[in-house]
Amino acid sequence: MKIEIAGQNAFIVYFAEQTSAEVSAQIQAAVSNIHASMQDWIVDLVPSYASLLVIFDLDLSDHFAVKQKLRAALHSLQSLDASAGELITLPAYYSLESGPDLEIIAQRGQISIENVIEIHQQREYRVYAIGFAPGFAYLGEVDERIAAPRLATPRQKVPRGAVAIADRQTAVYPAVSPGGWNLIGLCPTRMFDPDNNPTMPVKVGDRIRFQAVSRDEFLAQGGEL
Amino acid sequence: MNGFAVKQPGLLSLLHDRGRFGVHNLGLTTGGPLDTEAFDWANRLLGNDGNDTCLEVSFGGLVIESETDTCFVITGAQAPCKLNGNTIPLWQTRDIHSGDKLEIGFTTAGTRCYLAVRGGFEISPSFGSSSTVLREKIGGLNGDKLQAGDCLPCNDAKMTGHSRLAQADQPVYADYARLRVVPGYQQAAFAPLQQWRFFNTEYRLSERCDRMGFRLEGETVQSDIVGMLSEGICHGAIQIPADGQPIVLMNDRQTIGGYPKIGAVIPQDTARLSQLSPGSIVRFEAISIEQAHNIHCLERARYERTPVQLC
Repeated sequence: MKIEIAGQNAFIVYFAEQTSAEVSAQIQAAVSNIHASMQDWIVDLVPSYASLLVIFDLDLSDHFAVKQKLRAALHSLQSLDASAGELITLPAYYSLESGPDLEIIAQRGQISIENVIEIHQQREYRVYAIGFAPGFAYLGEVDERIAAPRLATPRQKVPRGAVAIADRQTAVYPAVSPGGWNLIGLCPTRMFDPDNNPTMPVKVGDRIRFQAVSRDEFLAQGGEL
Repeated sequence: MNGFAVKQPGLLSLLHDRGRFGVHNLGLTTGGPLDTEAFDWANRLLGNDGNDTCLEVSFGGLVIESETDTCFVITGAQAPCKLNGNTIPLWQTRDIHSGDKLEIGFTTAGTRCYLAVRGGFEISPSFGSSSTVLREKIGGLNGDKLQAGDCLPCNDAKMTGHSRLAQADQPVYADYARLRVVPGYQQAAFAPLQQWRFFNTEYRLSERCDRMGFRLEGETVQSDIVGMLSEGICHGAIQIPADGQPIVLMNDRQTIGGYPKIGAVIPQDTARLSQLSPGSIVRFEAISIEQAHNIHCLERARYERTPVQLC
């Protein structure tokens, strides 16, 4: 584990070179330790794949004091069970109508479209990070057979709810936005709703499963085509 | 509620309090004023709370008509400002009455003006802040920049006597800035020669500068990194993508990203950077974290002991 300076009032803690469910669980434990021991000093915490950005209040503390407390908070990390996160099932309407890139992924993996849909539902994914846009959760990792690089030319408009794959990550687009991920379906669940409490159905550390629904079920659950 | 009727919104006018903090975990960025110094002075001259909502007017072009009796101040970039056709100085509070017309012309030195009213504009916060972030469609008036026909809501208010910042204490907006950098993040992945180039050459502000990031043009800098995991990005972080041209990430940056970073510009200097126009020249200077802390404390002390002049 390495603590590096990020900026005038920020440290970044690197937990490992690569990501894994264990590393992610460790980061989650660090987040709760830091909240418990230095809550007042913390402006924002940004957990990601293998790192944690710690932004502190320079009027209430300083680099020396924060680093000292950080070391203590990281030293006493309990080895959290990697499967401890909440399990959340997200419905997905997989079809050529809702997932225009299913064919590309099937061709790449030399499998059928039905296989792509089946394989995407087989795994439990972990929420590694939230960022890029409000409510955008990076989920990993997908089976290698359905991994696919980002599109050479990103789309101008990806619909809200698009279930997508980039490399070995998968995600649900929380809002209409430009995007270069491969689209395989649509999810009717709102991933970011400012008027809802909680705003997001998932948080970092949660475990996600996708479950296929029919076109009718998708529409009945509030999905839009 | 009364307020100011917007006749001309200007090129980019956005309502901001100090910013949105503590919600990076939802992927929400900070927002807030690019030039915190001018923003802070606007509220202080009016006797406002430091987090009251002001209007950040980028490049000028704003015309409003008051529908209320209150006091206001304009700070920041130099721009011809007129109240009912008469030129008025910046950095000085003033009364405005119902029916008065206030104009902020196009900026002549610096790029961001701050218009504040006594008590602040009354904007209900989203996620704890009124700051407008266009990309997220959050804050301000419906998450949007100011439009003609909008009303900037504010209350009637009076001040007993007016205040100003002495000319000698007002910042000077030049077309050059020294950007002090705390080296960090992937600094070690930039070879000594690359770092030497980065800290010893001039960079020019490109046309592609916005509230997310300021793109610079000059000597290319390469790191040894081929691919990296996305990670949290702090304010002022200097990202260097494959083309070797640095980007200083500002208030509306994405909260996580996967490009190598050589360190972060201190906020005192991103404030100066934000006042520059495309074509302006900047140089980066490496400082230690201790120096960065000293600068923070010194600037704070200087701000607090700089007097408000009564007039």
